[in-house]
Amino acid sequence: MFRAAFRSSILSTRPSALLTSSPSSFSKSLLIARRNLTQEAKEKILDAVNATPVVLFMKGTPDQPQCGFSRAAIQILDMQGVPPEKLKTFNVLEDPELRSSIKEFSDWPTIPQLYVNGEFVGGCDILLGMHQSGELESLLEKNGVLPPIEGEATKSSS
Amino acid sequence: MPISLPDLENAIRTAIPVAHLEIEDQSNGCGENYAIVVVSDAFEGKTTLARHRFINEVLKNEIAEMHAFSQKTFTPKQYEAHLQKST
Repeated sequence: MFRAAFRSSILSTRPSALLTSSPSSFSKSLLIARRNLTQEAKEKILDAVNATPVVLFMKGTPDQPQCGFSRAAIQILDMQGVPPEKLKTFNVLEDPELRSSIKEFSDWPTIPQLYVNGEFVGGCDILLGMHQSGELESLLEKNGVLPPIEGEATKSSS
Repeated sequence: MPISLPDLENAIRTAIPVAHLEIEDQSNGCGENYAIVVVSDAFEGKTTLARHRFINEVLKNEIAEMHAFSQKTFTPKQYEAHLQKST
């Protein structure tokens, strides 16, 4: 009896809740983590992702990305035409604490990580997929980062 | 300890029913750089973000050991459409 109750709170190596394909296992996985993150680090990140419409945590800088995935992410934002005043990037290689705390904050294991208006969007794979499908453009428009294009809002013109 | 391909495959197959799975070791043998494609019915009705979070969780320990990890997640229907588009 006790064991069953504990299982969901410990979830040490491979959470048993995830071994089933029940729909609820997806949302359960979001509730784990958030353990070693200090309150201070958490607040710093919260402030950062809310201070600028588009925030990218990356390796290196937009001019000198230090990793192919971060390079791809910044190139996508550039192609989308995100104006520089609406974009803020953080170089996690310069800040080891941020590098680990952002992973925990977002519950996401890799860098880069994109936030739009304080909401976590995803990493490089998701960004690339959304860029190709047009979802990223509509997300940026919806959040007022890009001005809407009259007539053909989200459809690509190919 | 490099992560082995069978470990990754096992972890995914135990977690969800898999219609198609590709795991590519892009590391030239050091086992630190993988790209995977997962096709599963379990993704039906889930956002891409939720799917990726799910896979991240299933492979949590493995990803922590890797240098780079990249994933694509499809439902069987989406995968069919994806294959047709890319041929």
